[in-house]
Amino acid sequence: MIGLNLVYAVAGIAFAIFALLSVRDRRFANAAFYALITVSFLFGDMLGDVANGVLVLALVGIAASGQMRRAEAVAPAEDRHGAKVFVPALVIPAVALLGTLAFKHVPALVDPKQATLVALTLGTVIALVLCGTLLRARAAEPFVAGRGLIDDIGWVAVMPQMLASLGAVFALAGVGEVVGELIGAVIPAGSVIGGVLAYALGMALFTIVMGNAFAAFPVMAAAVGVPILIRQMGADPAVVAAVGMLAGFCGTLMTPMAANFNLLPAALLGLKDKYAVIRAQVPTALPLLAFNILLLYGMIA
Amino acid sequence: MWVLAGIVVIAGGFLLRFNPLLVIIVSALVTGFAAGLDPVRIVATFGHAFNETRYVTAIYMVLPVIGLLERRGLQARARTLVAGFRGATAGRLLTGYLLFRQVTAALGLTSVAGPAQTVRPLVAPMAEAAAERQGGAPEDAERVKAMAAATDTVGLFFGEDIFLAVGSILLMKGVLEGYGIMLEPFQLSIWAIPTAIAAFVIHGSRLWWLDRRLSREGRGAR
Repeated sequence: MIGLNLVYAVAGIAFAIFALLSVRDRRFANAAFYALITVSFLFGDMLGDVANGVLVLALVGIAASGQMRRAEAVAPAEDRHGAKVFVPALVIPAVALLGTLAFKHVPALVDPKQATLVALTLGTVIALVLCGTLLRARAAEPFVAGRGLIDDIGWVAVMPQMLASLGAVFALAGVGEVVGELIGAVIPAGSVIGGVLAYALGMALFTIVMGNAFAAFPVMAAAVGVPILIRQMGADPAVVAAVGMLAGFCGTLMTPMAANFNLLPAALLGLKDKYAVIRAQVPTALPLLAFNILLLYGMIA
Repeated sequence: MWVLAGIVVIAGGFLLRFNPLLVIIVSALVTGFAAGLDPVRIVATFGHAFNETRYVTAIYMVLPVIGLLERRGLQARARTLVAGFRGATAGRLLTGYLLFRQVTAALGLTSVAGPAQTVRPLVAPMAEAAAERQGGAPEDAERVKAMAAATDTVGLFFGEDIFLAVGSILLMKGVLEGYGIMLEPFQLSIWAIPTAIAAFVIHGSRLWWLDRRLSREGRGAR
């Protein structure tokens, strides 16, 4: 069955080419970093947990050495293909969209859980072929250009994956339960607004710390949501869960810990201030958090 | 209580501007030690999770296509295109994208768009071109690009929970089942709609303000 195996094979090959191009240009730290990501994509499942952990330590070592270099600046390109240049750019989302819908009908062929990722991979490959046929790019050209982009992103590229893994260690160590107890202890007994505030702000704050509302939800549900809002005050569980999760999402908008949503776009767009995207999101996140608190309060009181 | 030391490491490490990857791994070690885990177990737990979450990093496979198109004038072309729309402003363009992102995410199509797939190659250059035409100062380019990325994330977050089969809905259902509370995904997803509308109104007004500011600056410059 086609699933993450195809996705990881294509991603692995892309990183392998980035690594080879870096070796050619004698950028060895970059080459080693991309080579390790290649190993992870292509052979991660065969390595075992400890070896994968050692691979991560090596990635961190290279990143912390400060030897990775950014790309050399390229002159801004001129508009020479006209509207044709949009075709490969639009093919990726279009194939992702159609593929997601189509693959749901062939569950024996494509893993339904990974339909979008598989479709996105397919769209990328088709777009790459179109770069060659439509724009007459030589085979290596896209990878040289893509290597420039990944060099500018640098080690930030693996930060989302690193933070997700940190979450696994936090879970094993029971960080959530401790935070939940602390927050649960500060609510005045019988106060609806106190309970709602502790729950919604707790979701947002804990998400800011962990970078992930999914990590916050089980903790805040156990500490406040279920025992106080649902059992004690008789709130509708659907409202408590759904709106609480969205309060957590407001926290995600405001934290560098959610690197893939907040730091990665800043790196990808080449912004000078790496917190520029967070700064742009806070004025939306705060009023929206207030809205969620009012909605929750209105549905309980 | 000592397991919270890892959170202190994260906050302190980010604040003191150590390499964030180093901060993350040290935080994992400190947290693990505080919980009485041995180093090998900590490294193995981290490695296992790293291997399970590779799909997060797989998105970079689109970079060769995006990179090539940029060197062949994609962004220049996006500017020309926007210059042809008389009524196009940065704010209106991003409001349209916000709606597109919320609706597609609500249909479960979360990976169709994103910072790498759509914002860098298409949305950010178009918004930037529109802002320039409105007369925004050169230093506004950075703000407009950041706003384009922010719009993408807001649209995703406050659209995806309307879809029934999204991870967060399944997580909520699973957690509540642990307390003997049975809910259908539909009951949860319907409660994502009020906040989705509020997100569109709040972020949309900010985009309207962005337009006002850009054109005010444009008038001031003339």
